[in-house]
Amino acid sequence: MSTLLWQATVSGVLIGGVYALVALGLTLIFGVLRIINFAHGALMMLGMYATFFLHVHGGLDPYLSLLVVGPLFFLVGVVLERGVIAPNLNAPESNQLLLTLGVALFLENGALALFGADPRSVRLGYLGRGLLLGDAVVNVPRLIAFVGSVALALGLWLFLKHTDTGKAIRAAAEEREGAQLVGIDIRRLYALAFGLGTAVVAVAGGLVTPFLYVAPDVGDVFNILAFVIVVLGGMGSFIGALLGGFLVGVAESIGAAVMPGSLKQLPIFALFVLVLLFRPNGLFGRGRG
Amino acid sequence: MARIGGLVAVAAAALAPLFLSAYVVHLMVLVLFFAFLGVAWNVLGGYAGQFSFGHAAFFGIGAYTSTLLLVRLGVSPWAGFLAGAALAAAFGCFAGYLSFRYGLRGPYFALVTLAFAEMLRLVALNWMAIGGPMGILIPLPRVGEAFWRLQFPDKLPYYYLMLALLGAALGLNRLVERARLGHVLAAIRENEEAAEASGVDTLRAKLQAMALSASLTALGGTFYAQYFSFIDPTLAFGPAVSVEILLRPIVGGPGTLLGPVLGSLVLTPLSELTRSFIRGRPGVDVMVYGAVLVVVVTFLPGGLVGAWRRIRRSAAA
Repeated sequence: MSTLLWQATVSGVLIGGVYALVALGLTLIFGVLRIINFAHGALMMLGMYATFFLHVHGGLDPYLSLLVVGPLFFLVGVVLERGVIAPNLNAPESNQLLLTLGVALFLENGALALFGADPRSVRLGYLGRGLLLGDAVVNVPRLIAFVGSVALALGLWLFLKHTDTGKAIRAAAEEREGAQLVGIDIRRLYALAFGLGTAVVAVAGGLVTPFLYVAPDVGDVFNILAFVIVVLGGMGSFIGALLGGFLVGVAESIGAAVMPGSLKQLPIFALFVLVLLFRPNGLFGRGRG
Repeated sequence: MARIGGLVAVAAAALAPLFLSAYVVHLMVLVLFFAFLGVAWNVLGGYAGQFSFGHAAFFGIGAYTSTLLLVRLGVSPWAGFLAGAALAAAFGCFAGYLSFRYGLRGPYFALVTLAFAEMLRLVALNWMAIGGPMGILIPLPRVGEAFWRLQFPDKLPYYYLMLALLGAALGLNRLVERARLGHVLAAIRENEEAAEASGVDTLRAKLQAMALSASLTALGGTFYAQYFSFIDPTLAFGPAVSVEILLRPIVGGPGTLLGPVLGSLVLTPLSELTRSFIRGRPGVDVMVYGAVLVVVVTFLPGGLVGAWRRIRRSAAA
């Protein structure tokens, strides 16, 4: 394999881990609430600003600040679900999409009004220049983001698999009425799932802050990519979001190596449209329907 | 009574700008412009209930088609209007056929339209022959060419052009409402399976709505390019354009004739006012949109028109 391609693959896998984590948050919310959360990217952006301000004004290391950002955004998610989403859960699907679009516009432009459009960055001197993996250079903050994302995804999986609350969430995602029949408090689970999804995406934001610029519109790209990944992997599927994240990460990275500028996103959208049309249940889903 | 009210409104709309300052006329042009785009979106999103998050695709096609024809080939934007509308209708039928043929509905249809618009934006952004990220500036006309090139030094001609376009679009929507197509679209919106079961060709009806909606939106795109003399990929195809287009009919009352107009009368001045009151804080106007959207979806799911009807009904009861 040529050096260029190898480098692209390595970079793609690293960022793919982060994409997977972002998509996991989105798919968790969709699985339980049946809502496509348009504000997912905006919440990630806020997670990045929180990490940035904790670092610059609080002197907190970005990686340590995740211990604050995670719980904080869990609460943000719970409040958002209780206050804005819950009153509309029985509304038509399109209205719910408009609702989260409204939240996204509010948050993104609120950040623009408060913090301005200037990109900000956190750079950590102690991380060094990079490691070599074969011919490919591995940027250390990106490696940490990858490891952190995969670890958190694993933690989330264990939580869903082995705790009572996790099992209740999966039950609610699988069969809403059935879960209610066996006495699961579905309203509490909705808030919990939305809170978890928000915490996960905010932590993903914290993990990328040491190597991406923080700006009000930084969440847009992640938002779109998360949609693509979640549709690719099958809406609500955990493993699908994980695999889809890596797939899109590598595809985008290789696309960037062979195509100029922003054109690298074009194949991802094309893939998105094709999957929506032909495999709306995802590449790994149960066919059409 | 309603007819007299309508006549008074039309007369006021026709005469008022003669007595108002250029800034107010500009504001009124914007109100009409966004009302027109809302009326265009409403055909598909309101009457047929197919929420598009990607109408920027048609808007951009209109803007780029007429502008390229004018700047590169010297074709009058009057012809550009038609060319853009035809191209947008063709693209709409292509995208619509794919989406509807494979049964995309609700949020999935919204996402696929968003993806189509984003793809066009990326193409425009990277295609240097049509200006790339720099966009296209329409040069000023020579003396005597203003009408032919649809570039006026004054806002009034634009105002009357937009008023006429809005009037025509409203008339067209009224015709659709009363024709068989209108009833079919309402049936699709309320219950697509039932419509199909009773023998309605839903695909055909949705494509007709798509073509009409797309071509009207493209007219708005051409108008925008001529009014501001500048377009770029974000102004023409950006997701913010799609949001601006759908916001007014949603707030005013989706699927109603005057909902988009009402929505524009409320939202357009609101955004202009927030922008001028809170200077140096870009984003506040769109932030207000976000809040309005959440409030309307939560408390007024039928928009302002729906709320008005509820009030009248409870007053009559």
